[in-house]
Amino acid sequence: MGGLQIPMEHVLALAGLLFSCGLMGLMLRRNIIFMLMSLEVMLNAAALAFVAAGAKWGQADGQIIFLLILSVAAAEVAVGLGLVLQIQRRFRTLDMDQARRLRG
Amino acid sequence: MAGIWLIPVLPLASALLLILSTGRMPRQLAALLGAGSVGLAALCVALLARDFLADGEVRQVTLWTWMAVGEFTPRIAFYIDGLTVVMMSVITGVGFLIHLYSIEFMWDDESICRYFAYMNLFVGAMLLLVMADNLLLLYLGWEGVGLCSYLLVGFWYRDPANGRAARKAFIVTRVGDTAMALGLLLLFTELGTLEIQPLLAAADSQWQVGDSLPILATALLLGGAVGKSAQLPLHTWLPDAMAGPTPVSALIHAATMVTAGVYLIARTFGLFLLAPPTQEAVAWIGLCTLLLAAFAALAQQDIKRILAYSTISQIGYMFLALGVGAFASGIFHLVTHAFFKALLFLAAGAIIHCLHHEHNIFRMGGLRTRLPVVFWSFLIGSAALAALPFTSGFYSKDAILLSAWELPGSGPWLWAGGLLGALLTGIYSFRLVFVVFFGPAHTEPDHQPGWKMAAPLVLLGALSLLGGLLVLPLTGIFPPRDHPDASHVIEYISIGTPLLGLLLAYLLFLGRQLPVDALVSSPSGRGLRDFWLAGWRVDQLYDALWVRPYDALAYWWRNEPVDRVYNGVVSISQWAHNRLSALQTGQLRWYATTMVFGLVLLVAIMLRNAA
Amino acid sequence: MSMLVLILILLAGGLVAWQAERLHPDLPRWAALGVVVIALLFLLYSLPAAPVSLAADPLAGHWLLHLKLAWIPRFGIALELAMDGLSLVLVVLTLLLGLVAIASSWSEIDFKPGLFQANLLWTLAGVCGVFLALDLFLFFLFWEVMLIPMYLLIAIWGHENKSYAAMKFFIFTQASGLLMLLAIVVLAWQGLAADGRLSFSYFDLLGLELDPRLAWWTMLGFFLAFAVKLPAFPFHTWLPDAHTQAPTAGSVLLAGILLKTGAYGLLRFCIPLFPEASMQFAPVAMGLGVAGVIYGAVLAFAQSDFKRLVAYSSVSHMGFVLLGLYAWNQLALQGAVMQMVAHGVSTAALFMLAGALQHRLHTRDMGRMGGLWHQAPRMGACAMFFAVASLGLPGLGNFVAEFLVLLGLFAVQPWLAAVAALGLVTAAIYSLWMLQQAFQGAPDEWREMADFDAREMLAMAVMMVALLWLGLYPQPVLDLAQPVIESLQGLAPGANTVLALATDAAGSRS
Repeated sequence: MGGLQIPMEHVLALAGLLFSCGLMGLMLRRNIIFMLMSLEVMLNAAALAFVAAGAKWGQADGQIIFLLILSVAAAEVAVGLGLVLQIQRRFRTLDMDQARRLRG
Repeated sequence: MAGIWLIPVLPLASALLLILSTGRMPRQLAALLGAGSVGLAALCVALLARDFLADGEVRQVTLWTWMAVGEFTPRIAFYIDGLTVVMMSVITGVGFLIHLYSIEFMWDDESICRYFAYMNLFVGAMLLLVMADNLLLLYLGWEGVGLCSYLLVGFWYRDPANGRAARKAFIVTRVGDTAMALGLLLLFTELGTLEIQPLLAAADSQWQVGDSLPILATALLLGGAVGKSAQLPLHTWLPDAMAGPTPVSALIHAATMVTAGVYLIARTFGLFLLAPPTQEAVAWIGLCTLLLAAFAALAQQDIKRILAYSTISQIGYMFLALGVGAFASGIFHLVTHAFFKALLFLAAGAIIHCLHHEHNIFRMGGLRTRLPVVFWSFLIGSAALAALPFTSGFYSKDAILLSAWELPGSGPWLWAGGLLGALLTGIYSFRLVFVVFFGPAHTEPDHQPGWKMAAPLVLLGALSLLGGLLVLPLTGIFPPRDHPDASHVIEYISIGTPLLGLLLAYLLFLGRQLPVDALVSSPSGRGLRDFWLAGWRVDQLYDALWVRPYDALAYWWRNEPVDRVYNGVVSISQWAHNRLSALQTGQLRWYATTMVFGLVLLVAIMLRNAA
Repeated sequence: MSMLVLILILLAGGLVAWQAERLHPDLPRWAALGVVVIALLFLLYSLPAAPVSLAADPLAGHWLLHLKLAWIPRFGIALELAMDGLSLVLVVLTLLLGLVAIASSWSEIDFKPGLFQANLLWTLAGVCGVFLALDLFLFFLFWEVMLIPMYLLIAIWGHENKSYAAMKFFIFTQASGLLMLLAIVVLAWQGLAADGRLSFSYFDLLGLELDPRLAWWTMLGFFLAFAVKLPAFPFHTWLPDAHTQAPTAGSVLLAGILLKTGAYGLLRFCIPLFPEASMQFAPVAMGLGVAGVIYGAVLAFAQSDFKRLVAYSSVSHMGFVLLGLYAWNQLALQGAVMQMVAHGVSTAALFMLAGALQHRLHTRDMGRMGGLWHQAPRMGACAMFFAVASLGLPGLGNFVAEFLVLLGLFAVQPWLAAVAALGLVTAAIYSLWMLQQAFQGAPDEWREMADFDAREMLAMAVMMVALLWLGLYPQPVLDLAQPVIESLQGLAPGANTVLALATDAAGSRS
């Protein structure tokens, strides 16, 4: 017991760093796989912040939400990879700048 | 006579039957039905006239209330007095003769059924017009005869020129009719009724002589009369209306419909007496029209157009009579004119029929010996038209000129104008006789008119000769006029003028004593002739004033200018759509980036607000 | 109850006609015919035996038929239907023209005939509902119900430019309908503020005291919806496109009865609900009416497309309705009601004729017609009859209507009446021009064209007799409409301006 052993700020800074990395990846990468991975990173960054916060205040909520995020991430990967397969089949590429049929 | 309602119903029912047969009726039956129904109606009118002459009682028949909205309760009802009886006799009597004549004239036409349907419809509508006891029913007949005139002028529909003439006839008269409709609105709004006799009584009690309301109301009614009776400025349709079959011209455009305006003014004379300015306008319109049309008739070459212009001119005399207050003389001229003008048209129709549809008088000639019946009837008709002494036209026209002379103020001017018109009438009517029936023949007739054509000619010829002796049962209808003995000089002048016209026509066109060809071929003479031939170029004037501007307006508006506003809305939203859809690049990374920035912006705003 | 049943008959009949297609492609039209005939007979059967004109007095609540069932009581919405003389006339007209529409599309529809007849019947149901509903919410519902099947009729069975026309029709009606919905809600809220009870019932909202500014804007919401439908002058541009592109039956219904819902709405809702505001608005409305009369007539003359010409003539004729309604005296209002009926019949006939011509010649361009009288004299005679009806020949219904409107208008605004009377001349110009181009002139000798057959002649004959009857003895219709019109006159606020003028005129007579 005893709550969080390392300073909260460090954890939050790490989470922010991870989140920013993920966000940059999402915005800059063109490959859909990498974009999905970046999304995972962002989700995990958020999850990390939750866990840290839960530990800090000794509440179970943080861990519950972590579990939720885990399952969401898993589901998202499942759907996302399915889409990736379809995209690969339809467009013969994973470059999302090439797949722009929705252009108005 | 009980079944007065039968009189208009007979021709209407026959018209309905002919229409329902949709052209499949054998022509014998169609002719029998067409002429027979009018003959029966004429018989009924004769019985009615006999009764009326015996007792002189006004008869009123109400069939049903047309509509009742508040105080507006026009009825389908008839009012039969002396004037009505006179009109009914002319319509059914002359109408029957013309129907009889039509049987032979139209026998070879494939649409004889349709012809008689329209003709019967016309007779029915015309009867309704003169029998109506209220102005709305009169208006029904008024528009009904207008429709029949349209249908019959455009009877030979395959030639677009006929259709054009028919539309012109309808639309030009409709302009007048609209004025008349406004007159009815004004009369009802002010006097609260459209029944003619109560209306006249109400006007007499509510309005003073010279008030502005009666002047306005009569001016509007005059608009209708001018349109229907082809007077200035709405006369242009009548010469073109000659495109119809000739018996139609005889019935509608000479004997009956075109005189409806005269009837209307005579019927509502009480209003006109309250409006001296309008009444004077009637006289001047009549005078101007009769002169203008007489000059135009001098230059025409088409036999029917000459007669058309002479009709306009003679109705001008009737208007002159109404304008100077000689209502009975106007009606008398209406009756004699119906006889001799119908005669002239029927005779002209016989010529056209026997001469392979030739209309140009300069390609006729020498028909005196070749078509004797036609010649004599045409001669009688022309004599009556020119008002040679002791013909019917003489009595009626003389009475009009005398009344004009007696009018204080402008009377002598009107008289002098009328006299000039009489001179011109003498010239153009005998020009017609001399050119068509004398001199060398240019076209040989291929047959003689049969009895169905000859009999009406003979009968109408007798009426034209002797019609002057008729005494119309008009006493007590119009205000009595005292006839101070005009000086004999005036009498002699008005007897002598037509004879002078005859002499001039002889010298110009038969004796060749006067150099008519040189006159016409000189530059100014040619210009004048062309000007008159084109009817004083009024048609061109109206073309430029009304027809072409309306066409241009329609052409300008044809693609719906109002839609431009809505198309503007559409363009704006399309423009916005294009601008906004440019944001939809289809690039996933672009969406993600904008989302991130949007979120950052939102959070920033929220933090700012929270702080 | 019978009115609800009437509407249900039509709605269910639509389903039957739709499904009948599975059995045989000819069955739907027989089904539709049967349904409308049944509806008509049912209507006549369910009328009270008492003399109808005496029984109807809307303000006293004495309606011929009245039905009120709870529907959504929480919001004060009820299933309230009622019929007075005016509704009766219009419902009968609707059903009769429904028969004409079915007759005119008898052999014209090959694609999905079942769905076509179903849409036709549903349109009729919607229109009947509009003429009967007295709950404003229900009224709006029916307003939409009649719109959608009509949209489908144009969009599916229309001619070459159908989607454009259908969309235009839909957007115009829908946008203006939205304004009406807004106005209805505002009105209901005002009712809530006044009575403390939310109600959409006509009777509860009638005579509501409203702030003048609010009343003005709310009135405008209603007016716009009805003016678009009527159509009044600057809002008419959907009509030529919709009429031209619609299948014949669609044009017949559109011109014959859908336009009348606009006039009915003005008469039943817009004017009675907001008498003061309407009174203020009357000069504008009459101005629009006159503009419509002249503008429609000029544009009708400019058209070369037969149906477009007739469509513009409708704009011109409906201008008279607007004039009659806002001249607001007995004569003019009766004239407006007569015009609704007479124009419904005459224009429906002209559209049926146009449809028959298009079916035979595959063109609506009058430049390619000419001399048709030679090939089709019966058709020519019908065209002649209805053309002269539409130019206002006395003895036919349209004349009675137009003359009454002008008579009423003259007492109020003589100059406006004079300008509107020009419509008589311009109507003659376009009507006769239409006859000339299509039926007169030299016939094309090689053209083979069938004349009207017995079925078409029967429909035409019914309409001819109707117009003659309306023209020579219009009293039954006038009597039926009389109670509504009297109540409208009573509503004129203070009876001080327009009515006073009219009574002044009446007083000066006696």
